[in-house]
Amino acid sequence: MKVDAKDVAVEFHDLTVSYDKKPVLWNIDMTLPKGALIGIIGPNGAGKSTLIKSAMGLLPLSSGYVRIFDKALDDVRRWVSYVPQRETVDWDFPTSVLDVVLMGRYARLGLLARPKKEDKEIAMNCLQKVGMEAYSKRQISQLSGGQQQRVFLARALAQEADLYFMDEPFAGVDAATESAILEVLQELTAQGKTVIVVHHDLQSAAEFFDWIILLNMRLIASGPIDQVFTNEYLQEAYGGKLTVLSEVSELIKKRRLPSREKY
Amino acid sequence: MDAFYIILTASLFSISCGLLGSFLILRKMAMVGDAISHAVLPGIVIAFLMTGTRDSFDMIVGAAMLGVFTTFLIEFFHKRARLQTDAAIGVTFTWLFALGIILISLYAGQVDLDQECVLYGEIAYVPLDLWITQTGLIMGPKAIYVALFILLVNIGFLMIGYRNLYMTTFDPAFAASIGISVSLWNYLLMGAVSMTTVAAFDSVGAILVVALFVVPPATAYLLSHQLKTMMWLTVGFSIFISIVGYYLAVAIDGSIAGAIVTIAGILFAVVFLFAPGQGIFRSKTKQTQDATIEPNLFERENLT
Amino acid sequence: MEVLIEFFSFQDPNVVSVVVGAILLTASSAVVGTFTFLKKKALVGDAVAHAVLPGICLAFLLSGNKNPFFLIVGAFITGWISLVLVDTITARSKLKEDTAIALILSVFFGLGILMLTYIQHTGNAAQTGLQSFLFGKAAALVGQDLWVFGIVAVILIVTVVLFFKELTLIAFDEHFAHAIGLPVRGLNLLLTSLTVMAVVTGIQAVGVVLMAAMLITPAAAARFWTDDVRLMTFLAALMGAFSGLSGAFVSYTAPTMPTGPWIVMIISMIAIFSFFFAPARGIISNTVRQRNQQAQIMQENLLKELYRLGEKEENHFQERSVQELIEKRHFPKRPLKAALRQLKRRGYLTHHHGLWQLTQNGKAKGRRVVKLHRLWELYLSKYMKIEPDHVHEDAETIEHVITPELEAQLEALLDYPEVDPHDSKIPY
Repeated sequence: MKVDAKDVAVEFHDLTVSYDKKPVLWNIDMTLPKGALIGIIGPNGAGKSTLIKSAMGLLPLSSGYVRIFDKALDDVRRWVSYVPQRETVDWDFPTSVLDVVLMGRYARLGLLARPKKEDKEIAMNCLQKVGMEAYSKRQISQLSGGQQQRVFLARALAQEADLYFMDEPFAGVDAATESAILEVLQELTAQGKTVIVVHHDLQSAAEFFDWIILLNMRLIASGPIDQVFTNEYLQEAYGGKLTVLSEVSELIKKRRLPSREKY
Repeated sequence: MDAFYIILTASLFSISCGLLGSFLILRKMAMVGDAISHAVLPGIVIAFLMTGTRDSFDMIVGAAMLGVFTTFLIEFFHKRARLQTDAAIGVTFTWLFALGIILISLYAGQVDLDQECVLYGEIAYVPLDLWITQTGLIMGPKAIYVALFILLVNIGFLMIGYRNLYMTTFDPAFAASIGISVSLWNYLLMGAVSMTTVAAFDSVGAILVVALFVVPPATAYLLSHQLKTMMWLTVGFSIFISIVGYYLAVAIDGSIAGAIVTIAGILFAVVFLFAPGQGIFRSKTKQTQDATIEPNLFERENLT
Repeated sequence: MEVLIEFFSFQDPNVVSVVVGAILLTASSAVVGTFTFLKKKALVGDAVAHAVLPGICLAFLLSGNKNPFFLIVGAFITGWISLVLVDTITARSKLKEDTAIALILSVFFGLGILMLTYIQHTGNAAQTGLQSFLFGKAAALVGQDLWVFGIVAVILIVTVVLFFKELTLIAFDEHFAHAIGLPVRGLNLLLTSLTVMAVVTGIQAVGVVLMAAMLITPAAAARFWTDDVRLMTFLAALMGAFSGLSGAFVSYTAPTMPTGPWIVMIISMIAIFSFFFAPARGIISNTVRQRNQQAQIMQENLLKELYRLGEKEENHFQERSVQELIEKRHFPKRPLKAALRQLKRRGYLTHHHGLWQLTQNGKAKGRRVVKLHRLWELYLSKYMKIEPDHVHEDAETIEHVITPELEAQLEALLDYPEVDPHDSKIPY
């Protein structure tokens, strides 16, 4: 089931992505609307993070393409923000909260330009939005999981983007952080910005998002929540992988074929 | 005066190594640094045979290319032959180092290098090799100029690249998402490491140079919450171990490089044991931290 | 050549002992190294190897002589301490394992060098030869030393053989080993002790600096030839022994040459050869296999297109020229000709007067590819909700991959369908 977006923020065209030659996403083809809070839902290993990473150009595509605001990623990178999973970075890194948030400003600065007073003010503002302004001087290893996630969110805000990809921002955070993050995301979408979130909890998904993408190696459904969040589709997404599909993936990996042949 | 020359040379090289080493250990690439320091040896011998000098710029750059090639080779074995990383590192550097030693033995007559020098350098001879201009002016030991030049190059590189190195080290995925080439900065850093290794090789040898890359920044890391503090502390430690190490070596009549490293090790041990929030106090803090880590219920799908 | 014969005739009793020694030392460290390799702890061996140097120097300083027993004890103690320190630093500070290894390795080695130079400068006459621990000297291994280190090497090999099953299990899956009630802690302790002992003996042959290679490289090379742990261990031992033997030979013919680097060079060459040329996992064989696969795909595509042309013209045995095939199906000319020749050889095509024709076998094979293509298209659109206009590309690849088992599964799943999403008939 697939609903086409009217005002398109992101277009996935026939996207196939492989890890180590093994296809993990097959033929994803969909459009996502502007100004929506979009959740990517699916079981473990469904390829949720892979989907946003490939949209950010962090993974090579086996086939297909992604267009953002009807342009190639490199032309609009300035307006796109990506929030990796919290535990992909080393939180023992010797740096302060404010420095991490300032990273969000670096994309706009040249190689040698130093962050200006204005950049610092924006960074502090963003920290305030996530309720972390009191922590700006803290070393990041002293933060709790929820606080780390808020700092990542503040960094994304500092980018002042129009499109946000977030990998599991709600994973393992406390209830207060969860509502604080949700509030910020809703504010963003209210301003017409698009937020795409990888999410693993079905229950909260129903409350959080306006648009749902159900994924399990392939696209099960994509559309407004009332049309997609049905028993039928959820069962299809969580009813295990298609055995034939997984077996074919394994075969391709074993024979080390390119997943699309080229002459 | 000799003591001053030796300490100055040692300090300049330690600072270069320590600054780059800060990034190496934060990138969890300390062992890659170790591998490079071994693997440049054949490059040094070959470049020496070709240029006939030990401290010309060409020779340093030529030999340093082998260091970058090593990183490439490790990646090649890992990706193309699908060899696990630790083994790829181990196989590559021991092979190239063995090649270097064999070359030295084969060309023993032509190469002013011996096996001991490879291991721990001959910084004691620094004051003997003077730079004399054509007009006969004595400018002081050559090694000091080499060390100074390398330090300036490194400082320049770090000033230009600080922000990108910082970002690609802390959060490579984010750095890539804003359009920074992670692998470019990786190779640039490896290039700087190789160049510094080659230049410092004469003074401290191929193996002890690893200690300068790793031990002072690791000590500083335990004491600092900011990358810049860590780098400044590293500079301080580098100078300190050079001075104390020199006098230890003089006192017991042993290798200067060996003594510098020994002092660095003792300094680390002291900090590890007694620094606030670290060492013997750390067990407590680590436990409380563990308690706050939430169970990892969500997926790590990339690992499949 | 003469030297070679002289060496291998074993006339010189020294040669026999040197050969036996070198083989035992290298083989035993290769055997132990197999398990550190499998545990992905290869570089820990490097730390131990460097850390034994201060132990040897300390033992010499305390005892005043080079009694191998004292040296072994000294080396064993500092080797062990280094491992404990690596673990302590990793566990009790924010430093990561790689930094801890590099730190311990270089500091212990620096300390060792300081002590070694101190000993040299004291002018103690007994100290000559301590340096051979740096780069090894297989040929120097005679008399009492040979006996001591030979026995240790044999003990190492026997221990590994006795505990083979258990060691394999902790290397493969520690949690499982724990679950079935194996003393995992004890076994890890055993493996660590074995590693330290292997280093202590191995440095006699290759020296401190390159010892890591004797643990890592034979295992890495052996891994490319087999998936069976037993065979892998045996191969590693064999490769290690061969390099040890060659090292002994070098040591014998060119006494000024350091033995260690030659042994490491030979084992590295074996390893690099394996990385490239090993039949199942090597880089070259992977490339060749991929090329063969490309050729096979080309042939299958050709049979498929011939079948489809026949389908369209309702004559599967129509004779066709190369030109016609290029015009109708846009095959690139050279691969096409190669594929045609191959298919003729395999009995799928016949060739008369420059015209090509399907045989019965060829028709059957082409039909199968077409069938798989259409089955997969149907599968994609039915089960993966993919639009009919997007399924063709994917099927182009998958049609070459599907095994007969999967084919049967697909047929049953789709209930032996008549037509694909584009309403083309699925041929059976």
